[in-house]
Amino acid sequence: MMDGDLTNPRGFEDALTGEQKIRNFNINFGPQHPAAHGVLRLVLELDGEIVERCDPHIGLLHRGTEKLMESRTYLQNLPYLDRLDYVAPMNQEHAWCLAIERLTGTVVPRRASLIRVLFCEIGRILSHILNVTTQAMDVGALTPPLWGFEEREKLMVFYERACGARLHAAYFRPGGVHQDLTPELLADIDAWCDDFPRVMDDIDGLLTENRIFKQRNVDIAVVSEQEVMDWGFSGVMARGSGLAWDLRRAQPYECYDEFDFLIPTGNNGDCYDRYLVRMEEMRQSLRIMKQAIAKLNEPEGQGDILARGKLTPPKRGDMKTSMESLIHHFKLYTEGFHVPAGEVYAAVEAPKGEFGVYMVSDGSNKPYRAKLRAPGYLHLQAMDHIARGHQLADVAAIIGTLDVVFGEIDR
Amino acid sequence: MSEQLQELAEHLALKKPDLISGHSVTLGELTLEAVASDIPALVEFLKADQTARFASLVDITAIDYPGDERRFCVVYHFLSMYRNQRVRVKTYVREDEIVPSIVGIHPSANWFEREVFDMFGILFSGHPDLRRILTDYGFRGYPLRKDFPTTGYTEVRYDEVQKRVVYEPVSLTQEYRQFDFMSPWEGAEYVLPGDEKGEAK
Repeated sequence: MMDGDLTNPRGFEDALTGEQKIRNFNINFGPQHPAAHGVLRLVLELDGEIVERCDPHIGLLHRGTEKLMESRTYLQNLPYLDRLDYVAPMNQEHAWCLAIERLTGTVVPRRASLIRVLFCEIGRILSHILNVTTQAMDVGALTPPLWGFEEREKLMVFYERACGARLHAAYFRPGGVHQDLTPELLADIDAWCDDFPRVMDDIDGLLTENRIFKQRNVDIAVVSEQEVMDWGFSGVMARGSGLAWDLRRAQPYECYDEFDFLIPTGNNGDCYDRYLVRMEEMRQSLRIMKQAIAKLNEPEGQGDILARGKLTPPKRGDMKTSMESLIHHFKLYTEGFHVPAGEVYAAVEAPKGEFGVYMVSDGSNKPYRAKLRAPGYLHLQAMDHIARGHQLADVAAIIGTLDVVFGEIDR
Repeated sequence: MSEQLQELAEHLALKKPDLISGHSVTLGELTLEAVASDIPALVEFLKADQTARFASLVDITAIDYPGDERRFCVVYHFLSMYRNQRVRVKTYVREDEIVPSIVGIHPSANWFEREVFDMFGILFSGHPDLRRILTDYGFRGYPLRKDFPTTGYTEVRYDEVQKRVVYEPVSLTQEYRQFDFMSPWEGAEYVLPGDEKGEAK
């Protein structure tokens, strides 16, 4: 006889006490749960093990980025973008730089453009490795994160060698990138690209045909095309459901239109398909990186890495000889540059989906309003819709597949 | 791209002249203006119209223009994955005005409208669950309004005596520094330190 069991052995109806009545069970999932991928608090209403309602409470990592941005210059705001999706920081900076460049009409030099593509793809791999392997950990596999993090470590060393910081890069600047890459670094990234497929195959061998992994992911959190539209999904969440929607292809920015890559899509729109899409996207990112490195080594890929002008600092050498350059440098790093009045929405295909910056400028050196549109915000919003009717154990798998990072959701 | 958008704008304005009060294409982006009460009808039309098919909502946000009669501008961004187009819809509202919610048309508007309510205090009628979303439980004020100080009004710390987190008014050892780098020769709106007598001349 279980507690709460309604069959009455005595054969007559008795007034049930409060404890005997079956009622739904409310639990708090997080904010300190390791499978919550950060500070997420879910209030779950359970009927047995079935999720009846799921109310995500977000904002525990809210830092008021958009408010802070209104009192800082455009350049000072750039590092805040790193702290949104801290798994792939440079992709966010990219959107910020694109917004400023579109408002000011700046043309980025070709070498800078190629470097941006290269590092955006590194960011995509960084994010996808973390997501694929930790999602596998949420459903019970311990080895993939250990192997994946080793590769992440190598990629972060590339970040460090390019800009000096492993995580918060502040490397993309309006008008280009902060500093040039050395030929040795390019050669090392190239060598890494040759080695990484081996690690991918290892992780692939661990997970793709793994019985437990498939039991936990196949037919879990199925998303249809209509749901993609209704809930505003983008990125892998849309591609996993068969929509070949990728901003790099649909609305090309930077120089993505000259790269040869494929857009993988899923058939069923479940967690397993999204896992497969992420794995294939990493392989495609490798292709783009190889092409970018080849283009960077060509003669056309040489040259300056900043569009010299009012947006960017003068060369160090010029500052030693030219008074104008010295004044320009001083004014740039105190007052900052002014952006013409207007508004723009710049979106990039970040690893997690469409990351956008809506920037309203009033012609001064600070943004009048900057809205950061994070893909994870919409994906997590659909949590209630997706998780309904799933088992409690699936909640961890669903959070994993939504690819939430609280830096960008809470802002 | 721009001509396509211009065509689209004219098509939309032709079909629903009573809903769209203005349209423009700037920097390759289409912006429509509408009256707040027309927003649900317009959004419904944008979603259903076959040449537009703006089926996915990208973003809802607001901009604060203190001093204006219609203080807030609520901005909607839509994307059509079928036609590969984007559109921005703007509506200006007074501080006490209520905007109709579009959750019924785009379920994804739910959290965006909650966020706009949380940050600006704009109310949405017909929203199923208009709670605060990003700020603390029991937070007061609307942080993204221009008259809200960047430091906020309260700060929290753990109190060793009471063994819990306590809320206190913000006390700064140094004034929060809002740097103003505008050149004093180019129309700065303040009196330079040490130049207090300058205006008397």
